[in-house]
Amino acid sequence: MSKLVLREVTCRFGAFTAVDRATLALTRGEFVSLLGPSGCGKTTTLRMIAGFLDPSEGTIELDGRTISAPGRSLPPEKRGMSMIFQSYAIWPNMTVAQNVGFGLEVRRLPGAQIRDKVDRILDVVRMRHLRDRYPAELSGGQQQRVALARAIVVQPDVLLLDEPLSNLDANLREEMRYEIRRLHDEFQITTVYVTHDQAEAMVTSDRIAVMNAGRIEQVDEPRALYARPRTRFVAGFIGRTNFLDAEVRGDDIAFDGFAIPRARFAEGTALAGRVTFSLRPQSVHLHRQPPPASERAALLPGRVVQRAYLGEHWDYAVRPKDGALLLRVTARPHEVFEVDESVWLELDARQMAPIAD
Amino acid sequence: MDRSRLVWLLFVALLLVLVVNPLARLFWVSFQDPDSGALTAANYLTAFGRWRYFEALVNSLIVGLAVGALCVLFGVPMAWAVSRTDMPGKGLVWAAILGTFIVPNYLGAVAWILLAGPNAGWLNRVWMALTGAAAGPFNVYSMAGLVLVIAIYSYPYVFVFTRGALDLISSEMDDAATTLGAGVVRRTLRITLPLTLPAVLAAFIVAFLEAIALFGVPALIALPGRFQVMTTMLWQFFEFPPKVEVAAAYAMPLLAITVALFWLQRRIIARKGYVALTGKGGERRLIRLGRWRWPMLAWCLFVTSLSFFMPMVVVLQAAFAKAWGRGFSLDNLTLRNVSFVLFDQRATQTAAWHTFVYGGAAALIALAVALAIAYVAHRRLVPFSSGLTYVAMAPFVIPGIVLAIGFYAAYTRPPLVLYGTAWILILAFATRFLPIAYANSDAAIRAINPELEDAVRILGGSRALALRRVVTPLLQRGLAGAFILVFIPATRELSSAIFLYTTGTQVLSVLLFDKSDEGNFEILASIGLVLVIVTVALVMIGFRLVGRDFMLRRSSESAAA
Repeated sequence: MSKLVLREVTCRFGAFTAVDRATLALTRGEFVSLLGPSGCGKTTTLRMIAGFLDPSEGTIELDGRTISAPGRSLPPEKRGMSMIFQSYAIWPNMTVAQNVGFGLEVRRLPGAQIRDKVDRILDVVRMRHLRDRYPAELSGGQQQRVALARAIVVQPDVLLLDEPLSNLDANLREEMRYEIRRLHDEFQITTVYVTHDQAEAMVTSDRIAVMNAGRIEQVDEPRALYARPRTRFVAGFIGRTNFLDAEVRGDDIAFDGFAIPRARFAEGTALAGRVTFSLRPQSVHLHRQPPPASERAALLPGRVVQRAYLGEHWDYAVRPKDGALLLRVTARPHEVFEVDESVWLELDARQMAPIAD
Repeated sequence: MDRSRLVWLLFVALLLVLVVNPLARLFWVSFQDPDSGALTAANYLTAFGRWRYFEALVNSLIVGLAVGALCVLFGVPMAWAVSRTDMPGKGLVWAAILGTFIVPNYLGAVAWILLAGPNAGWLNRVWMALTGAAAGPFNVYSMAGLVLVIAIYSYPYVFVFTRGALDLISSEMDDAATTLGAGVVRRTLRITLPLTLPAVLAAFIVAFLEAIALFGVPALIALPGRFQVMTTMLWQFFEFPPKVEVAAAYAMPLLAITVALFWLQRRIIARKGYVALTGKGGERRLIRLGRWRWPMLAWCLFVTSLSFFMPMVVVLQAAFAKAWGRGFSLDNLTLRNVSFVLFDQRATQTAAWHTFVYGGAAALIALAVALAIAYVAHRRLVPFSSGLTYVAMAPFVIPGIVLAIGFYAAYTRPPLVLYGTAWILILAFATRFLPIAYANSDAAIRAINPELEDAVRILGGSRALALRRVVTPLLQRGLAGAFILVFIPATRELSSAIFLYTTGTQVLSVLLFDKSDEGNFEILASIGLVLVIVTVALVMIGFRLVGRDFMLRRSSESAAA
């Protein structure tokens, strides 16, 4: 059974629809990210799950019980959840230990037990030596750990995180991503994580729900999301890509300047009429000489128009000889081509994902 | 539904009692026949039917304009000198201006009666001694005297506003003119001063409004000088038997002028055309005055002598003198007056007690209401929350005397009779200084991230728990400062107290005013001194809690808010 279910949840502020019929189900212990650009409705969705906002339509259920519905939502304090805020919301008037112990205090645990649990969780986040400090004396990363400890120590039914890493510097951000995933692996708390950073979502999540303009466009595991984006928005938002317009003509798929037999595409690719494909830059390979013909690939001659060396890889823009396409290609550092050099492009048809607009 | 809503609604109701009801009743009573209760315009005819009444209105406008002009003359050069130049003695000037702020203006009026009273005033006596003339030229009981005394207690507003604007103008603007060949004088006249003009205008308006709303100083100076301004006229309408309905009608133009000018002031300040006032400070270098340093300092010391040094000297002398006219000799020294005020006389003792209890109670009530309303408005806990902000700030544009008439009209008759009790004074003080409390509460609440409360609630705590455990501890520090900022003016408030006190509820300011009839200046000075010393003590605590600039800046911030 699903742990947390959003059914057609809609939230309007006046005439503006912030969240539009969002539907999502999390199984027990699952980690799901809401990923999208700012203003896409992901934080609004999270605040509805938390109970700070009432949905305008739709319901939210926890363990089969309706906790949010228009006009009759359970207040946040009755939901048994916990949340990590963008500002961390560490209470500056309490020490680290008091912050972490607060939720246990509200649950009326005996003092000795509170002390015990607080110390144990502070060990987990490696903050025990700072237990009597005040938040103003902590660095951003340390405050972040306090927020994590405070949220986890109460063993919530659901853990909510609202862009928790956006205020940290780049290195710390990368470290904390793994930290959050590690804690999830250890405690197995059902988690909803809001972020606009795709790398963050991919490191931490079991599944990612990509949101755009109030709607959930696609929910999938990170690999599937990257390899088989279903909409133009998802393909463009997760990583970089090439959009190729095509038309189905009998057994061939006709692109601008070349065609690929339908049989070479991944199985289960339903195709008819006009289609747009997403093709990742690293699914295109460049060669000086035509490589041995392959079952799946399509080969076409082209010319390098532009290049940039980015250290970890090359970024090429290549124009096929026929047609008006311009393809972005990622190549390994030793694959060096000059601008204006003639090359062979090898496109892998299995990596082409048909998308809806 | 959130049960805490009831609490919020209670505070909203209290706000209605404090602000909306008195104003509504004031308006209503002005159109009501006092005997039959029928609608009538007769009160307005009575109020403006006589030339004498109308003349008082004209006098008020003249006083207001003259005070505004004089304040600019006093305050702007001082602000420029302190903010932009290398004038020596800035600390002294700043301290003297703060001192001016601390002296209650009616005590200043008493001091100036000692200084410039006809014949016996110190300045006249010095003049006669120097020139051998039979009479001195100074007479405080005149229009000029009234204007001077009000102006020297209002120019600090102009100083603070102008200095605030000057502090924000970067030297780069000056440098740009310098590279084009402009000298110091041209730069100051063409660039720096025009950029501060909106602030100066706004300050002029504040000074004007202060001048026409003031009661204590005109009552001490204009009445013996046999002329009237609006506020003294209002007082006469209240002499037994009180004609509330006429007073209410007579107060309407005063209220209208105040509201209109405040609106204008807000527009001037809000104008975005002057980038310097909204932009970043940038680098600032001090202008080297050279030979002109000393004349500049002399001007600053001249103004502060008028407002602070000379008045304090004569007040101190009178407070510790057997008879103030006998001068500064040792055998004239006595502690009798002060001890009389503090220990011997029951009337002053109870008045002192009332002053602090009422002031404290008023400050607590104002702060509680302001906090609740600011919280409700920021968290949008009830419908139309943002409208509450305007209601809470509204008393700022109501002259104290008008507010007092509103309270009298609202709470002398059932259903709620407060007249004759201490509550009418406490609530009137609370209302009068509610905007100060609100401006401070608003800033304090704004500084608390709502996520701090959300974090309590998601962990299972109620809103009440969030308020108790997180919001209250975080507010404490800022609110101590706010309490003092309300408490200080509440302990010296005269203009509303004079209408609302009864024999059992006198406060020091009222007592001081009452005693001014007897001409016992030694006792008057002693009462004033007690008030000043208490204020200084409070300001010191305020410095500790909030920092050096707190009183000047924070009171004028609420003026600008």
